[in-house]
Amino acid sequence: MTPLQKRLEDQQRPLPGHREVFGQDRPMPLDCGVEFGPFTIAYQTYGRLNAARSNAILACHALTGDQFLTGEHPVTGKPGWWDQMVGPGKPLDTDRFFILCANVLGGCMGTTGPRDINPATGRPFGLSFPVITVADMVRAQKLLIDRLGIDQLFCVTGGSMGGMQALQWAAMYPKSVFAAVPIASAARHSAQNIAFHEVGRQAIVADPDWCGGDYLLRGHNPARGLAVARMAAHITYLSEQALHRKFGRTLQDRNRVAYGFDADFQVESYLRHQGSSFVDRFDANSYLYITRAMDYFDLAAEHGGVLANAFRGTPVRFCLFSFTSDWLFPTSESRAVVQALNAVAANVSFVEIESDKGHDAFLLDEPEFAATLRGFLNGSAEHRGID
Amino acid sequence: MPRDPTPRDKRAIRVDLQHIADMVDAGSRVLDVGCGDGDLLDYLVHFKQVDGRGIELSQAGVNACVGVGLSVIQGDADTDLAAYPAGAFDYAILSQTLQATRDPKGVLSQLVRIARRAIVSFPNFGHWKLRWHLLTQGTMPVTPTLPAPWYATPNIHLCTIRDFIDFCAVERIAIERAIAIDRLGQSSVIRSYRHANLFGEQGLFQLSRQ
Repeated sequence: MTPLQKRLEDQQRPLPGHREVFGQDRPMPLDCGVEFGPFTIAYQTYGRLNAARSNAILACHALTGDQFLTGEHPVTGKPGWWDQMVGPGKPLDTDRFFILCANVLGGCMGTTGPRDINPATGRPFGLSFPVITVADMVRAQKLLIDRLGIDQLFCVTGGSMGGMQALQWAAMYPKSVFAAVPIASAARHSAQNIAFHEVGRQAIVADPDWCGGDYLLRGHNPARGLAVARMAAHITYLSEQALHRKFGRTLQDRNRVAYGFDADFQVESYLRHQGSSFVDRFDANSYLYITRAMDYFDLAAEHGGVLANAFRGTPVRFCLFSFTSDWLFPTSESRAVVQALNAVAANVSFVEIESDKGHDAFLLDEPEFAATLRGFLNGSAEHRGID
Repeated sequence: MPRDPTPRDKRAIRVDLQHIADMVDAGSRVLDVGCGDGDLLDYLVHFKQVDGRGIELSQAGVNACVGVGLSVIQGDADTDLAAYPAGAFDYAILSQTLQATRDPKGVLSQLVRIARRAIVSFPNFGHWKLRWHLLTQGTMPVTPTLPAPWYATPNIHLCTIRDFIDFCAVERIAIERAIAIDRLGQSSVIRSYRHANLFGEQGLFQLSRQ
């Protein structure tokens, strides 16, 4: 075994869960024009698929999320990203629904991404990985759902980029979705959001250890760049009030400022921790690719510039959520989707939740959010005839 | 934990809402504008099997509605009706809300545009008790239908049954049914406008575009 092979094998973490391989016989056409395959999708399931195969909920993860919704995460040891919402008796009730979550295409938790070996070269894809879009992620998920023999998902949901996937699902496969619940999301990535992503990407590519994207081959890891990208992004996930409530101007392990550039303030220390713990679980190139997919997302542009055209005649029941203090995906973005859905007289609910927790509110304990989501899912399940 | 929102007791629905519900054909497409906590919508969905939607201004109302499985968005009759396509619904309901809109004329024209029929109810400011109160007390009337004092009322465009009928004639809105509801919730078909304008506490109208 060459040192490279050894290194590559070391970094392939033995993750639990399901895997399916697609695109072996017929590659999957991507938006960028590449015919892609074969590729693997890693996914988790919770609860049981009923006999009618009508109770499946696809939960779509956000930029840095993954398929581990609930329970102890195999890499971080922390609870899954939607532990609050998924489980017996919780809104995404595993006693009633069959809940699926797949790592997105381009990800780094088992689904094929830039970190994985390009079968054509025997080396990690790196930047030879094709640029993917939210629609490509959804096409890959559709292949998975088809293979599992599920004709129609009871619900597709997710926050942030997960909400983009839910909208894309409804637009692209309306007959395969009974209900769609985009949370803290938008039908397009705003200029401001693209700008923040660009800061993160530039932090990564400016790290000499990025090595033009070939850091795996060279035995490096652009950890500093990725950590800075995470730190900058993390600020956008919180509100000013939440940061102030958590940290204020409190100093970290000291009584006075040190007149230097150590982490004097608790908020600095917190961000540094967010950055350094992130690099242990996330791949820098995946970060480039997935942020790009979000930047490219513009559902109206795919439909002649008219968002309503994405949903004309849709049978899907929609429920959108936004949070008052979310300035990354503000209520106005959800409202624009609601207006487009009204323009085609779609079945839509829209709830704005009062919260000071910013964009991350959808991951946190927000009782009113949980209760309303539960009500929507139960009401929809009644319409769908799910026991 | 109850899985399904239990249909509320049929008798629990407010009497004026019951009159509105009776006007709605089963299985139709309904938009309830200003649906509050969703009492009427919930009733229509469960007892008349309508495909029901709601718009409600208060976030608490919206959350309560969605929480029991109703399709409701946070929105404003004055601004959000324009988004709907013409003829999207069989019925657009505006119950006890017209008088609180900024532009009642615009709202009514939207209602008869987006639905085949509009059902509109409002407190009748021509009711004899209100007239009597103004005449004898000289202060703004406070009644069970108009409970807020003048400085706290959301009602900025109050009208009488007669005003409304005149308005519909000018705006070329057809009145298909006109009902006056009295103090006890008894309804009577409006035959004499003068009588209804004196004794009806609420006016309830089924409208369509002429």
